[in-house]
Amino acid sequence: MIGSERRLVRDASFDITRKLFRISWLYVLLLSALAGVGYVALYSAAGGAPEPYAARHMLRFGFGLVLMVCIAMIDIRFIQRMSWLAWFGGVVLLVLVLKVGNVGKGAQRWLELGGMQWQPSELMKLALVLALASWFHRASWERMGNPLFLVPPILAVLVPVGLILKQPNLGTAVIAAVVGGTVFLGAGLRWWKVALIAGALIVAAPIGYNHLRDYQRARIDTFLNPESDPLGAGYNIIQSKIALGSGGVWGKGFLQGTQGHLNFLPEKQTDFIFTMLAEEFGLVGGLAVIGLLACIIIGGMLIALRCRHQYGRLVALGITMNFFMYVFVNIAMVMGAIPVGGVPLPLVSHGGSAMIMVMIGMGVLMSVHVHRDVEFDDRSRDL
Amino acid sequence: MKREIKRTGVFTRRALIIGGAQIAALGALAAKLYQVQVVEGARYATMSDSNRISARLIAPPRGRLLDRNGAVVGGNRLNWRALLVAEQTGDVGATLDNLARIVPLSDSERARIERELRRHRRFVPIMVREFLTWEDMARIEVAAPDLPGILVDVGTTRQYPYGATLAHVVGYVAPPNEADVADDPMLGLPGIRVGRAGMERVHDQLLRGRAGAVQLEVNAVGRVIRELDRQEGTQGQDVGLTIDLELQKMVLDRLGDESASAVVMDARNGEVLAMTTNPSFDPSLFNSGVSQAQWVAWTSNRRAPLINKAVAGLYAPGSTFKMIVALAGLEARVVSPGETVYCPGYLDFGDRRFHCWRKYGHGAMDMRAAVKNSCDCYFYEVAKRTGMDRIAAMSNRFGLGVKLDIELPGARSGLVPTRAWRIAQGKAWNIGDTIVAGIGQGFFQLTPLSLATMTARLATGRQVQPHLTRSIAGTLQRGARPDDWPSLGIAERGLQAMREAMWAVVNEQGGTAQVARLPAIPGQVGPPVQMAGKTGSVQVRNVTREQRERGYKSENLPWEYRPHALFVGFAPHDAPRYALALVVEHGNAGSEAAAPVARDIMAATIARDPILRQDRPRVAEGGRTP
Repeated sequence: MIGSERRLVRDASFDITRKLFRISWLYVLLLSALAGVGYVALYSAAGGAPEPYAARHMLRFGFGLVLMVCIAMIDIRFIQRMSWLAWFGGVVLLVLVLKVGNVGKGAQRWLELGGMQWQPSELMKLALVLALASWFHRASWERMGNPLFLVPPILAVLVPVGLILKQPNLGTAVIAAVVGGTVFLGAGLRWWKVALIAGALIVAAPIGYNHLRDYQRARIDTFLNPESDPLGAGYNIIQSKIALGSGGVWGKGFLQGTQGHLNFLPEKQTDFIFTMLAEEFGLVGGLAVIGLLACIIIGGMLIALRCRHQYGRLVALGITMNFFMYVFVNIAMVMGAIPVGGVPLPLVSHGGSAMIMVMIGMGVLMSVHVHRDVEFDDRSRDL
Repeated sequence: MKREIKRTGVFTRRALIIGGAQIAALGALAAKLYQVQVVEGARYATMSDSNRISARLIAPPRGRLLDRNGAVVGGNRLNWRALLVAEQTGDVGATLDNLARIVPLSDSERARIERELRRHRRFVPIMVREFLTWEDMARIEVAAPDLPGILVDVGTTRQYPYGATLAHVVGYVAPPNEADVADDPMLGLPGIRVGRAGMERVHDQLLRGRAGAVQLEVNAVGRVIRELDRQEGTQGQDVGLTIDLELQKMVLDRLGDESASAVVMDARNGEVLAMTTNPSFDPSLFNSGVSQAQWVAWTSNRRAPLINKAVAGLYAPGSTFKMIVALAGLEARVVSPGETVYCPGYLDFGDRRFHCWRKYGHGAMDMRAAVKNSCDCYFYEVAKRTGMDRIAAMSNRFGLGVKLDIELPGARSGLVPTRAWRIAQGKAWNIGDTIVAGIGQGFFQLTPLSLATMTARLATGRQVQPHLTRSIAGTLQRGARPDDWPSLGIAERGLQAMREAMWAVVNEQGGTAQVARLPAIPGQVGPPVQMAGKTGSVQVRNVTREQRERGYKSENLPWEYRPHALFVGFAPHDAPRYALALVVEHGNAGSEAAAPVARDIMAATIARDPILRQDRPRVAEGGRTP
């Protein structure tokens, strides 16, 4: 089915029906399975009830799914034309959130809209991917070697990352930087240049540490020695590890997790949802969830590889990388492998705006897949 | 094009590298998970085995049930008990043997303890023995070194200071069963009870609260090293009932030995001030366990102490139903208040003769006189003209034969017969059935509570619903204000005529319930309060023609064949505030067995009214104190 069709689709016969057939429904099924895992976990987090988390979770996922399919119908060339507009919009929102945003957990990162709390930084990450992909879409191999050509995209990364740091939201800023770097790599930037930039950042890290807020420093300190303060900041990690460790290979059974159900596990419906699952379903359940997430990530990379235009490839790469970073940071965090960062597990954690943002990203990814064979007008001009 | 191919090649290579890195990273996470859950998991298991971390639930005290004046009618008292924590003793059997030397344990108790040990996690304390005496407790404490794993603590147990007085309203608690424990882990705690009947059951969740939990670091012998964390639970909330405990006591007292039920309601808002059913039972027996002999005694008693007759006893309303028939006739415009019907002592319809209770008849009766004298012929005629469906519809509007909002789990809706109901039974509805229904006899099955509701609605013209919950955690619930209840939508003229006729029943020469006329009430100010009411007597078996001709006397029948005696009434007649309904099972005539009791109940109710009482604080008048 996929790939056999090699004709260039520019004619009017590429209508909605044909586009619907080109959606990878297998991929949609994988996403639904992940949301189903979320339902099970949230059902348990509420003490064995669909309210207040699980039922709403599925409702939002249903809405997200419709949104995703709608976005997948949008022509990727149109999205490409809108890329920089999205970037500017994201920056404006980031500035706005610093001025009027709601303060939560010591940082200014939320905007309220439609009864939900939105983080513009989430939107920004998607817009950043689109903008970078649009820039490199036109880039020939020679131009990639020109340092001046690289100045605008580097600025396109640094401006939003700086604004996100200022909120301050260290975790999202790092993710945005990594996602941006990945698009650079995919566009063909030489490895040594990437290594140079990364090295510069690592050197800058100790300097940056002095400019961090206290709570961020505490997180890093706690990470380095979690048992130093068992009732304070290290508490979450210890409790999470007790929960995981006591889950064992087969787990304690559905709704039987003592750590979660006795409320020792903090934020079990959001950040620590994976712990909850692994406590109740054990190593077997934890590995199954990681396997499912790996399938979704591999699927995203396959979409990138199958795409026949650079823009789509880079967009798919960036979106998949963003999803991967969420997964990696969240799971590594609950196991105490990296500092606690307030990053949810996509499609599993409770949280409306995060779910919608993930599904918007998935919609763009699917649009790449649906429009993988389209021709861009400007291709010949640039190369 | 070549460049494009090169660019594609570079992307493919790099995408594969990045993808590979991603998968490798996820693999690393999986490995880390393996390390935490399996390799280090053994360490956490060891930690748990050596009792380093122990989680305990803390049950909040159960909320109290209060009467409308704040008297505790369902409360908690201290309860010393011995608990066993399995993980703190090497040998459960030996510990129990040692304990049995101090407090004897029967085989069935040991079986229960072992069953519970299997059901719960090892760190959950299991209850070994409740209600320890002070001496036993001291001896256990002294022997503590020989009793590893045994804890003595003080818990609370449910106490009903007024026992049988409010048994059917308050209900009772009992130990939870396994299905309950599956729903709420807190119920696995020793000594926890769940509401099984009455308001204890209705508000069980509120009263129970939510368990807190404490995570303790303990050493190998169970000594607490430090508290790692504590999650406070939610306290059980106090529920305030509408019941007036003193009135309830007085009413139950007045019912004496009769198998009877009385309901007193605030007619303006439906608050049930007293709901009595006689005989009653002691609810605290359910807390500690009911003996077989006691159970048999309750269930074989034909006066049914376990049944709340106020909401589950079903009776025909008899003559207390006549007001509804009259109102249905008025609304259907088949009769007017001034129109007279001649009563010769019977009504012939087809080949059947329907008798009036007064053998030689009442003569010409208008509506007021018919109610006052309780003339049967008048209501036979009105019922015949109105038709059963309209009568049934009117009864439903007065709360008869419909589900009421009363909270009690066992409350029954009762039945007002309709033609459709009879046809659904496969029988035909006869006009004769309608005629009999005109005097409240026949297929009716109504509860005393619904009769009290009917009376309250008659008295106020509002659609009040009877209820028992007045406040939760000190917050007054909806329904306490008369304005919370919508109007019945029945013409005030008709209602007023009924109230006036009911006044005549009690207070006018020749009324059928003059015995119910209220005495002067001590301490009451203003003009004397008068009650309006209506009696009723309901045959429980048909009177044959032969009996009638031989001079039938119901008081000569065996107890269970005598008619039920009923009374409904409200007071003060000109500004209704209280409504009551009373059923005395097999009490014979309403005017003899029910009316005097109702009079005393209403007098007691009025005497407790803060507005009508003399000793009320006078600050309201002018705001100055002398």
